[in-house]
Amino acid sequence: MSMAELVQTDAVPRRPKRRRGRLLPYLLSLPALLVCIAILVPFVTAAIYSLQRYRLNLPYLRGFIGVDNYIDFLSDPAFWNTLRISLVYTAVTVVAELLLGLGIALLLRRPTRFHNAVSIMLLLPLMTAPAIAALMWKLMTNPSFGILSYLVGLLGVHDFKWASDPSTALFTVVLVDVWVYTPFIMILLLAGLRSLPRQPFEAAALDGVPASFVFFRITLPMLAPYIITASLFRLLDSIQQFDIVYAMTQGGPGDRLMVFQVQAYLEFFQYTNVGRSAALLMILWLITNILSNIFIKNWLRLRARAHGHA
Amino acid sequence: MDHSSLAGRIFRGIALAMVLVFFMFPIVWILLMSFQTNEQILRIPPRILFEPTLANYEALISGQLRTAAGNLQISFMRNLMNSFLLSSASVILALLLGVPAAYAFARFKFRLGETIAFTLLSFRFAPPLLVLLPLSLYYQQLGLNDTYFGIVWVYQLIALPLILWIVRGYFEDISPDIEHAYRLAGHSWREAFTRIAVPLAGPGIAAAGLLSFIFCWNNFVFALILASADKQPVTVGALAFVTASGIQYGQIAAAIVLSVTPTLLLALYAQRYLVEGLSLGAVKG
Repeated sequence: MSMAELVQTDAVPRRPKRRRGRLLPYLLSLPALLVCIAILVPFVTAAIYSLQRYRLNLPYLRGFIGVDNYIDFLSDPAFWNTLRISLVYTAVTVVAELLLGLGIALLLRRPTRFHNAVSIMLLLPLMTAPAIAALMWKLMTNPSFGILSYLVGLLGVHDFKWASDPSTALFTVVLVDVWVYTPFIMILLLAGLRSLPRQPFEAAALDGVPASFVFFRITLPMLAPYIITASLFRLLDSIQQFDIVYAMTQGGPGDRLMVFQVQAYLEFFQYTNVGRSAALLMILWLITNILSNIFIKNWLRLRARAHGHA
Repeated sequence: MDHSSLAGRIFRGIALAMVLVFFMFPIVWILLMSFQTNEQILRIPPRILFEPTLANYEALISGQLRTAAGNLQISFMRNLMNSFLLSSASVILALLLGVPAAYAFARFKFRLGETIAFTLLSFRFAPPLLVLLPLSLYYQQLGLNDTYFGIVWVYQLIALPLILWIVRGYFEDISPDIEHAYRLAGHSWREAFTRIAVPLAGPGIAAAGLLSFIFCWNNFVFALILASADKQPVTVGALAFVTASGIQYGQIAAAIVLSVTPTLLLALYAQRYLVEGLSLGAVKG
């Protein structure tokens, strides 16, 4: 590559200059390195906390207890509840957003002025702060004046309590998540769809191939890298969802929506149990780390293609 | 491949209309609510036609809420100012730190560079609380808790990976031959960087900056943990606002409108770059 040429031009005869040329990339990236270290230090600290009995209200009890915090989780129904709710929340949101996002991207596929205007409008929910989006839906689902409560009332469903009823809380929060994040999947898939080569579709049209065959045998396989990248992006964010759940119900009613990060937040600030909170987050990190390794590989491949190095 | 049959077109039209209603209705409805008095909001059935009032906005801007229980002081404008301050400072810092590093990562292959780039990327996907909770304890010891500097510093977690990876892509797309020729004419690398590379990557840098601003603005959990009332941005402030006693629903709606308007306007302005920004440069729009 032309990278080599640039390195060669750095090799100017005079010596001190050459050394500076070699140091240059390190000097330029030094501040970024500092930020990295500033992230890694708390991360390592959290790992250490997770191996300690560490409660802010009982500092004198603090001590190393090995993996006891983790072992305690095994027999703790609250932990299994958190794991289950997080996985259900993630599965439901990602599947719903993927199907809906793909559907909308297909509807908007042809780049007409109207379709482009619609796709720009759909960016607005995505650019709304998720915590604020939760507030918007809270106002709309308020039992005394919320428009949505009124509308389901017209449909004959009275006393629909949305986020404050254990049986509908998950549905309500998922609805907000879908409202905010479906446009994310949609715009990635739309960009993917529009970048697909035209020839296979033109050939299929000439041969009179049925639309369902075109969709399942041409469109979907060619779109697969985009679908995988977009879903992994969402998967990683969704299993860590905090803003929407916290702003909507703070994990309630009861422990109905106690997803990982909300539970860890409450362990830390409400029960002041730093060790347990850290152990919980380490488990979440382990899950996301496995996922993000898969993710980064896919993302790099797609990125290389986007920047023409494939 | 065109679904030009009449039934197909009708189906697509209905589907698109439903999509638009689902995604636009909440925004429109909250906007309407923000111009209503409490009596108008509580009316059943709700009406779309009403006599608009600016009282909610006036109360928020003046910071004086008149309620049945008496006057209430609120600091919502302070939250709004904090959001502007924190987001702009974070983006400026991230650009100063990130653009030279992105240039180094794009132009020189060196192992440390790759390691930094990937560490920042993988922490983009790590649970934020994992870093934040221990950090809040460190901050207490260092006296950084509840300082603008401390919050701007953690916002680098949001802004820096974004700027690094997007701007790096833009630098990689510029042929090094141009800088090469410029350097052969006797200019230093610094001149090549500031006069050639940065201007050519300008749109990418601007887009990455705008996007980081939006994401910093929209962040909730960092400030929830690290900031007290007088340093809080709107995302946290609005939530506290809802639970404050005596607040009227129209005022909540107005607060929501004020807190989302800046990012929505920026998003519309930068929409060409959003696809690239959201995918960290993996998908080109």
